[in-house]
Amino acid sequence: MSTAAPAATKKFRAALIGNPNTGKTTIFNALTGFKARVGNYAGVTVERKTGALKGSNGKVELIDLPGTYSLSARSEDEMIAVDVLTGLRSDQDRPDLVLVVVDASNLERNLFLATQVLEVGLPVIVLLNMVDAAEAGGIEIDVEKLTHRIGTKVIPLVASKNTGIDEVAEELNDSADRLMPSHTEVFPYEFTSAAEKLHEQLIEAGVPERYAEPFLVRRCLLEAGGMAEARIIREGGNNAKAAIAEIRKELADNGCRAMTLEARCRYGWIREALDGVVQRPEEHRASFSDKLDAILIHKVWGSAIFVLLMLLIFQSIYTWSGPLMDLIDGGFGALGEAVGALFAEGPLQALIVDGLIAGVGGVVIFLPQILILFFFIALLEDCGYMARAAFLMDKLLSKVGLSGRSFIPMLSGFACAIPAVMATRTIEDRNDRFTTILVAPLMSCSARLPVYVLFVGAFVPANSILGGLIGLQAAVLFSMYLVGVVVAIGVALVLKKTFFKSKTPSFIMELPPYRAPQWKAVFHRMWERGMEFLKRAGTIIVAVSAIVWALTYYPRPSDELTARVDAQHAPQIVEAEAALAAWLMREETPATTEELIELSESSPEEVAEGAALLDGIYAAESDRDTALQGAQIRDSFLGRMGHFVEPIVAPLGWDWRIGMGAIASFPAREVIVSTLGIIYDTGGDVDEESVDLREKLKNARYEDGSPVFNLAVALSIMVFFALCAQCAATLAIIKRETNSWRWPIFTFAYMTGLAYIAALITYQIAIRLIT
Amino acid sequence: MRTLADLKPGTSAEIVDLHGDDLAVQRIMEMGLTEGERVSVLRYAPTGDPIELRVRGYNLSIRRADASNIEISKD
Repeated sequence: MSTAAPAATKKFRAALIGNPNTGKTTIFNALTGFKARVGNYAGVTVERKTGALKGSNGKVELIDLPGTYSLSARSEDEMIAVDVLTGLRSDQDRPDLVLVVVDASNLERNLFLATQVLEVGLPVIVLLNMVDAAEAGGIEIDVEKLTHRIGTKVIPLVASKNTGIDEVAEELNDSADRLMPSHTEVFPYEFTSAAEKLHEQLIEAGVPERYAEPFLVRRCLLEAGGMAEARIIREGGNNAKAAIAEIRKELADNGCRAMTLEARCRYGWIREALDGVVQRPEEHRASFSDKLDAILIHKVWGSAIFVLLMLLIFQSIYTWSGPLMDLIDGGFGALGEAVGALFAEGPLQALIVDGLIAGVGGVVIFLPQILILFFFIALLEDCGYMARAAFLMDKLLSKVGLSGRSFIPMLSGFACAIPAVMATRTIEDRNDRFTTILVAPLMSCSARLPVYVLFVGAFVPANSILGGLIGLQAAVLFSMYLVGVVVAIGVALVLKKTFFKSKTPSFIMELPPYRAPQWKAVFHRMWERGMEFLKRAGTIIVAVSAIVWALTYYPRPSDELTARVDAQHAPQIVEAEAALAAWLMREETPATTEELIELSESSPEEVAEGAALLDGIYAAESDRDTALQGAQIRDSFLGRMGHFVEPIVAPLGWDWRIGMGAIASFPAREVIVSTLGIIYDTGGDVDEESVDLREKLKNARYEDGSPVFNLAVALSIMVFFALCAQCAATLAIIKRETNSWRWPIFTFAYMTGLAYIAALITYQIAIRLIT
Repeated sequence: MRTLADLKPGTSAEIVDLHGDDLAVQRIMEMGLTEGERVSVLRYAPTGDPIELRVRGYNLSIRRADASNIEISKD
């Protein structure tokens, strides 16, 4: 057995890092041929994206690190880039080389990160992207000089036009393993010697070398209260803490204030390094972007365009997804029927058709909304408008402690919480992102609408209020949406003051230049997000659907129950059969097919009469089947749970049947309509506009004859559905985005708790006002 | 103290000093707003906050609360 793998099969790993808006993703896609493996780093919410270099036969692996302005890190999430670059992660091998993407038009600020990366101790190649845009802006860069000043290889490219990509690929394939780390130094001697001294002291204090390597010691000194420092103190205890404080004091005495040292030294060094390398036009020319900004963030026009754009996006996810969703719904229905025909009736058939196929259908149904929203988000992000939208909305959201970045996810929540939660990736601040994820499901999504329509239509009088200006029904519908928003504001305020308290409420955001969107990348992102949803959330949703299916399917009706329902409906069926038999026995009734055809020509009414009588038998039989279905579900485990929760839901004005409907709706709230249909013997094939179902609800009685439903009960149900976390898909996607079970459980608990309390208050107040 | 929050759209000034919370100052400086650097205010958001700035050849948005911690020259 050989002890070492042959050198030829050793993978060469290159990490890709850069500021946001530098085209880093475009470069990654071009180098990997749009083939990436996407996952999560363990224990954090950062996406892990790797891919093989196109044409390298899997020998070169690219690691796409999250876009960032700086390596400074105050959380485990922000620390990912540093951990990968220093080889501290167990789920990612240390890269052999770093590719730093910089925007040629914005070299000064982009080189800040690049100079940080140079200190990691790995060979670096600088990818000077978008040189075409820089040239168009009158910026000239002497690449050769820049190479000498930074001390690394610099490759100019225009990734969006695929220019220069081959050169990068060639470099990675052939000669990158011969590159050496750069020895560029941006800090004064006072600092570098202090860092070396601290390194020795920390090793003495027992800090393991991997946490106290020179690069991490520098980060520790530069970032008071940062992750590098926290880990060193965790490992080295009070001795380490004292050593750091001592060295910081020495530095401060020498005029090196830790807080301002890094930015001052790096930007100072960059200014000098770029002297004579970059030629800029004397006066800043008003660019295309500036002219566009003058309109797009104009007081009047900017706001108007923003509102129109948001309406368009909202309309498209809310309404335009409808036909596609119907198509999917119909498709899975037909598939269920076709597959159902292959099996004999029984538990297996029911599990496959009603459990699995319906469950998968319940997952795929969300795809249109996700794809449409992410098409818009990818598009707006790609062309640079996203930052403007955040700029326009920042003040409004700052009032609840969030930033403008939360606006689009929140708005999307009115259509569907799943894409809304996925859209929070554009929020850079972790506290803001988590808060947005946890409150977005409170927005009244499109699945709540059928519930509102059913109960408003059945129980809210069609009066008008405010002197005929608004209908009462519309006002109630609107207030359901308002309930969600008001509660979301309250919850966001509380979360931002407790779990997600930001150390600094500041919000600094780049407003990148507008660019023409790259359609291929836009569609790729949209597709990636859709597939991710299917893969990550799909399994959980199907599992939950199967459980609820089993709860309603078992136990099977007993012979006694079947006999009882049969007996109840036998007279009607017998009567219908007798009527047909009597008609058939008449003399005029044709006895042969020829006579029947003759009769249908001479006297069609006669034949219609006979057909109607036949239909009467079918209707009576169908009534019996529906009643049996209803009797079965009322007797099922779910029905028993309904009885069990009755004392809990009674204060909300609900009977046990509403309780079981609410329980059945936990995987997906919209099933309440069809579940009520089954429970109230109208069959499951009803929708919220069904007059039959509305009548059944109005006529539902308790044993003492009093009606089950009234306006107060309807309001209580609607408020409950407005606030409750009845969506397995949302909880599954929260699990995926927060990479922890804690937050979906928290969301479920707080929403359900609030829903109960709010429904209780609603019912108790409404019942007193009405009577 | 004259701060960046006092600067009118279309005018510029030099950063003299940065005040406030260490962490916030560090984040602001990382974005290139360092002492001695010239900053111009391009426009305010329709709601008056945040502010769009231009520094080191690129545009960024900053809230008034942060801008009022950035001391600027008199001119």
